[in-house]
Parts: sequence; C-alpha cells; structure tokens
Amino acid sequence: MVEPIKKRSGWRWWYLLLLIQFAAVLWPPFYNKLEPYWAGMPFFYWYQLLWVIIGAALTAIVYFATED
Amino acid sequence: MLETGVDRDGGTVQDVNWTALIIFILLFGFITWLGFAAANWRKGDLDLLHEWGLGGRRFGTIVTWFLIGGDLYTAYTFIAVPALAFGAGAVAFFAVPYTIVAYPIFFLVFPRIWYVCHKHHYITAADFVRGRFGNRWLALAVTITGMVATMPYIALQLVGLQVVIGALGVSGTGVAADLPLIIAFVILAAFTYSSGLRAPASIAIVKDILIYTTAFAAVIVIPIELGGFGKIFAAVPAQKLLLATPGPNTTGAYSAYATLALGSALALFLYPHSLTGILSASSGRAVRRNAALLPGYSFMLGLLALVGFFALAVGVGSLPEYAAGFKQFGNNFAVPALFLHSFPSWFVGIAFAAIGIGALVPAAIMSIAAANLYTRNIHREFINRNPTDKQEAQMAKWVSLIVKFGALVFIIFVPTQYAIYLQLLGGIWIIQTLPAVLLGAYTRWFNDWALLVGWAVGIAFGTGMAAAVNLTPTYPLRLAGFTFPGYTALYTVILNILVTIVLTPVFNAVAAQRTPLDETVAADYYV
Repeated sequence: MVEPIKKRSGWRWWYLLLLIQFAAVLWPPFYNKLEPYWAGMPFFYWYQLLWVIIGAALTAIVYFATED
Repeated sequence: MLETGVDRDGGTVQDVNWTALIIFILLFGFITWLGFAAANWRKGDLDLLHEWGLGGRRFGTIVTWFLIGGDLYTAYTFIAVPALAFGAGAVAFFAVPYTIVAYPIFFLVFPRIWYVCHKHHYITAADFVRGRFGNRWLALAVTITGMVATMPYIALQLVGLQVVIGALGVSGTGVAADLPLIIAFVILAAFTYSSGLRAPASIAIVKDILIYTTAFAAVIVIPIELGGFGKIFAAVPAQKLLLATPGPNTTGAYSAYATLALGSALALFLYPHSLTGILSASSGRAVRRNAALLPGYSFMLGLLALVGFFALAVGVGSLPEYAAGFKQFGNNFAVPALFLHSFPSWFVGIAFAAIGIGALVPAAIMSIAAANLYTRNIHREFINRNPTDKQEAQMAKWVSLIVKFGALVFIIFVPTQYAIYLQLLGGIWIIQTLPAVLLGAYTRWFNDWALLVGWAVGIAFGTGMAAAVNLTPTYPLRLAGFTFPGYTALYTVILNILVTIVLTPVFNAVAAQRTPLDETVAADYYV
C-alpha cells in the first residue's frame, strides 16, 4: 500500500466529543421520568431515542474532523 | 399459564396460515439461491481461508454496513427485546443506551485493529493477541472464550426461527415437530460451506430491507390502528413505564440499567462474529465510516423495543387464539402474536421471513467466526503447524458444519432456558478478553501472563457471581453498607483489569531478561 509520510497521530482531542453521549445516556436519574411527553411518548423513551440521533451526529462530526 | 382448547393435538399453536407460509417459503427459497450464487460474488479462490472466512476482505462501506448490521441485530434481538419490554417494561430499553455507547467504542478501537490485522494477515482476535503479546496460551484463552461464547448464541438464533415457524402454524409431533428447523439449518449449513462469508453478506442485504420494512410498518401502522402513542403508553401498567426509583442505600434499577448498557456495549465487539464482520471490510476507512453509519440500526432497535408495548396495548397476552403460542414460547411469542393480530396474512409472511432470515445471517457468520478460530488458533497452533492453504480452508468448512450441527442438537434436545443461561454466561466470559484485545489495540504495556491470570480471575469470579444470583445478569455488589446492583460482566472485567495491572510489574520483574515479543509496531495501527 502506498502510504503518505505523515501518519495519523492515532489520538485526537476531537475524540472527547464522543464522551458526551456516555454521560447523557448512562445516568438514568437524568431521564427516568414521564414528563414532558412528546407525541404521546414519555420523556424516558423519546429522550433516549433522540440521543441515538445526537450520538450518530457526534460520531459523524468526529469522523469528518479526524479524517485526513 | 393460560389453558385453552386451542392446543388440541399437543403442539398446534394455531391453524396453518397458508398465505403467510407461502410467502415465507418463497422468500426462504430466494435467499437459498442467493446464498449459493454468492460464491461467485467478487469472486475469489474459496480454497483460501481469508477468501472463504473473510470474503477476501473485499467489502466496501455499504456491504460492510449491511453485514455488520445483519450480524449484530439478530433474530433473537427482534424477538427478545420486545419480549422483555412486554414482560418487564422500561428496563428493556437498556438496549438503546447500549447501542448508543457501543459505536464510540467501535470508532476508537476497531479501525486500529482492522489496520494491524490487515497488515499482518490476522483473521481472528486470537491471531492479533498472539502477535501482539507473543503468548500462545493467552491466544488459546481468547480462542476458547470466543468459541464457547459463540455456540449458545448460534443456538439462540434457532429459538427466533422456532418461534416464527410455530407462529405460522407449522407443527407436528416427534421428529416432524423439528423438521422445518432442521430443513432451514441444512440449507444454512450448505450455503455457508460452499460460499463462506459471501453468503451471509449477500443475504444480509435482503434481510435488512425486510427488517426495515417490517419495523417501519409496525411503528407506523400499529399506532394508527391503536389511536396513537398516547393511548399505547396509557395502556402500559404504570410500574412498567419507568425504572423503579431506588430505595435507601442502594442504586437499585439505575445502576443495573446503566451497567447493563455499558457492559453489553463493551462485550459486543469482542464476540468473534463481530470481528469477522469488521475484518471483511476492504479498508480501514470503510470501518471508520461504519462507526458513524451503524447507529442507523440503533434507532430501529429502539422502535422495536416499543413494539413490546404495542403488544401490551393490544393485549395479545389475553387473546384466546394466541394462548397456546404464549404457553409454548412465553413472552417471546408477543411479537409474532402482535403481527398476526395487526397485519394482513401476506405481510405476516414478509415479517416472519424477516425474522427467520434474520436468524440465518448471524448464525452463518458466527459459525464462520468459530471455524476461523478453531482452524487458525487451535489446529494450526497446536496440531498441524504447516497446513497447506487448501487444508486450512477445508478444515474451517468442516468446523463450521460441526458448530452448527452442535447448536441444532442443543436446541432440539435441551430446554431453551439453558441456551439463554449459557448466552448470559457467554457475555460474562467474552468480556474477559477485553484487556488483551480492546486495550491491546492501544498498548502492550500489560504483561502477557498477567493478562492470562486476569482473564482466569474474571472468568472464575464472573461464573461464581452469576451462579450466586441464579443466572440472572445483575449482581448486588455490597460496599460499605451500600448496594450497587450491576451487570456481572462489567464488575468482573474491572476486577480482571485491576489484577492485570497489579501483576504486570510483578511478572515483568520476575522475567526481566525476557525480550518483548510484540511483532506489531505502532505504525501498523494507522492508515
């Protein structure tokens, strides 16, 4: 494989963005409640589904930011 | 539980649903053809192990996405997650944070592992550990853990298949009762033998299209029929809607929920079939892209968990026509019953085929992964050190058959609950390879023998703790008067890491003259 001389460092500060989703979904006291409802769905459910989308967006941001 | 007259001839769940059955069989026929035809897809020499067992590492971003998705989101997931929501409520939703945190872990670790495996022609995690730490016994521990954790997982795929076959009304007594399952498995075994990883990769595309269609139909059509999400959630008993608030001096359901999510996420990519999917990608970039694209499946999984609540709202558990199904399959019958109740017959055929095919794809990949492990890390390492390429590939093909046959025998003759227990233990066991594989991707600071002792301690404590709580996933850890119920796998892998860290300097001091055996160099882990 032809490789550029410049190597990816293997670690970028951008990766810290990925920690946000750990904090957001691994602390149930944040979201273990019914109110506010959205479209008839309790907070517990739509909050976590929303974080699927936010988490995917964060991962995409990190992907593009760390892409050479 | 519920006795009715429906179960009149000892096994009939209900009358045969012919329309659904015919569509189910047609779709199965199609994927059978596809599985065999896949041998010629991106053609390679199937007498080479990396061609048979990794599809020649030829899959781009999109095929890899289908393959890994088809691999991780199994038939059992589609049945068991909604079944847990149906039976236990909110706790089933742990599958959502689980997949949310799984992909950052994937993103940080697995592109590196892809690069180093590509560079050194590794095809299993044990190959990597062997190269990284230069210890064949540590590699053997990783191999055996992987194989043992995979077998009950294959068996559980059959449970998914059994449930939908039962729900189609196909039944019999004696050998005939298991005949459809046996036929499906013979087909699976045959196309895996002849086409290798190319078969599940091509079928995964069909499977995902069917699953997505079914999932979206379910979350759009059924809520409309039921009058909206508001009415569905109103029908769910209050104590199932949220996690129970912890009492004094315990973190209760909160810590159980969070540790189940985190521990499962850490274990997920250590399973051999996950790595097989990842290593079949054609570039490290395809792996990185997939880390960003795979959450597409997580949203679907969340929606599917809600399907368990739809089943509660419809009240399928108390409808007499499904009583026999619930009696035979327990809460696993909730989703099939809901589909039978809510969809026209032709769509039931599509939905059940989606679940059935959803069983075959992971089962095929798992058996290939186990075969790769045996062939490379047991047979080649300990029995025949210099096989020809053809002998090696042939051995893997045979092992894939033996593994699948073992799973089939298990599920026919042993109660399903045993497979579920073994699958639970498998999760606790496989996570013990985390220090060598996942942390090993970043550092070789750990001493190889320390890793092996840490692994053994993790396995022993994990098994003991699981047995102490009657093979349930969470263990009530007591510290200073507080109780922290949490996922045994997570607790024991922390213990494993601590043991490894403490023993590393000790073992290094004892064997100070030994030169490091790492055959990889830092540059191997990047583009």
